Amino acid sequence: MGSVSILLLMFCGFAFAALAIGLGNKLSLKRYNPEKGEAYECGMETQGTTWVQFHVGYYLFALVFLLFDVEIAFLYPWAVVFKEIGMVAFIEIVFFVLVLFLGLLYAHKKKALSWM
Amino acid sequence: MQLSISLLEITRAIDSWLNSIFHPHVAFGIELVLAGVAVILLVVAMAVLMVYAERKLAGFMQMRLGPMRVGKYGSMQAIADVMKLLLKECLVPTNSDKMMFKLAPFVVTVVSFMTIVPIAFARGIQLWDINIGVFYITAVSSLSVIGILMAGWSSNNKYSLLGAMRSGAQIVSYELSGGLALIVVVMMSGTLSISGIVQAQADGWWVIKGHIPVIIAFVTFIITSTAELNRAPFDLAEAESELTAGYHTEYSGMQFAMFFLSEYTNMFVLSMVAATVFLGGWMPFHIAGLEGFNHFMDYIPGIVWFFGKTFFILFLIVWFRWTFPRLRIDQLLKLEWKYLLPVSIINVLFAAFIALMGWYL
Repeated sequence: MGSVSILLLMFCGFAFAALAIGLGNKLSLKRYNPEKGEAYECGMETQGTTWVQFHVGYYLFALVFLLFDVEIAFLYPWAVVFKEIGMVAFIEIVFFVLVLFLGLLYAHKKKALSWM
Repeated sequence: MQLSISLLEITRAIDSWLNSIFHPHVAFGIELVLAGVAVILLVVAMAVLMVYAERKLAGFMQMRLGPMRVGKYGSMQAIADVMKLLLKECLVPTNSDKMMFKLAPFVVTVVSFMTIVPIAFARGIQLWDINIGVFYITAVSSLSVIGILMAGWSSNNKYSLLGAMRSGAQIVSYELSGGLALIVVVMMSGTLSISGIVQAQADGWWVIKGHIPVIIAFVTFIITSTAELNRAPFDLAEAESELTAGYHTEYSGMQFAMFFLSEYTNMFVLSMVAATVFLGGWMPFHIAGLEGFNHFMDYIPGIVWFFGKTFFILFLIVWFRWTFPRLRIDQLLKLEWKYLLPVSIINVLFAAFIALMGWYL
C-alpha cells in the first residue's frame, strides 16, 4: 500500500481517540465540584509543588542509553550485509563492540549503573 | 490443487473488483478506508478479547472463576467495562498543564496504531512491506515513552510524575537488549523487512534452526518486551500499592481507556513481532522428512498460524504477571544493565561467529 499507510494509521489512531473521547464527553454526566479538580494523592491535601528538579540518577541512565542506542542503530545495517562481507565484517564489529563494551565497564566502575 | 482460499486472493479479488467499477484513484481511496476500518476493528477486537482472556486466565491461575456475571461465563465483561468507561466523566485536574494532559492519550494511541504498519498477518496481508520493517517497529514503539512522560508531567501529581519517570527509565533501558535480540535474527536472515524474515523461515523457524544464540535472543526479547510494556513483574510504573496507578492516576473515563487500549495494542504488536521474528510468522510448522505431516500442516491457513503464535506469546506474558512478584527499581535496572545487556551484546558476537563458521543450518 506504500508510505500512505503510515499516514493512514496515524489518522486512524487520532480519529479513533478523538471519537472515543468525544463520545465519552457527550454521554457522561457532568457535575461541577471543585473537589474533583484536586490532585489524587490518597485523599490528603497536596503538600508542596510537583514540578521539581528530579533525581540525577535517571539522567545518567538516559546518557548511557543514548550511547548504546546509537551503537544498535549502527549495528542494524551491519547485520543486513554481514553474511555477504564475512570475516572482515566480523573482526571490525568485534572492535566496534569492544570499545563500547569498555564504555559500559567504565560506567559500571564509576558506579553510574548502580541505583542511588 | 489448493483447497483453501487464501486471504491474499480475497484482497486481490476486492482490489480488481473495485478497480473495474471505479476510477483507480477512487478505488485506492476506498481501499484506504477499508484498511483503516480493518485496523481499528482488529485493535478493538484484540483489546476486548485480551481483557477478557487475561481476567479469566488470572482467575484460573488463582483457583477462582474470574468474571462470571455478565453474559455466558462473563464473556460480555469487557464490553460492560467499555460501557462503564464511556459513561464516566473525563476529569481534568485544576492545576494540571491542560493542553498536555489532553494531548497525551492521543499521542500514545497514535503511536500504538502506527506500529501495526509493517506487521505481516498472512502471505501478502501487510499494510506496507517496508524494507526496514524491524527497525521501523523498534523506532516507533519507543516513541510511546513521550506520551507517558507527557501524561506523568502534566498531571501535576507526584505519583504520576514518579510513575512516568520510572517508566521512562525502564522503557529506555530495556529497548537496548530488545534491539540486540532482534539483530541476531536480522543477521541470520540478512534482511530487515518483515516479509523477508518470514520468508527466510520457510524451512524452519529461527527459534528451532537458529540454535543457542536465537534461543537466548528469544528469551531476552520476551523479557524486554514484558518490561517495555510496563507489565508485571516490571510494573513499577503503575505499581498499585505504591503509586495508585502511576502515570494515569489522574485520568478517568475515555481518556483512561485510551491509555489502557494503547497498552494492550502495544502488547499484542510486540507479541506479533516476537511471533514473526522468532516463531516464523505465518509459516506452518514443518518437520523435515515427514511429507504427510508437512502437507497436513500446510492446509492450516497462515493467519491461524500467525494468531496462534501471537496468542501463545500473549499467554506467556499473562502467565508472568501472575507468577513473579514485582521488582524494585534498583533490581530492575541492575537486571538490564548488568545482566541482559552484556549477555545480549556477547550473544550478537557469538551468533555472528556461528553464522560465519556456518554451524547453523
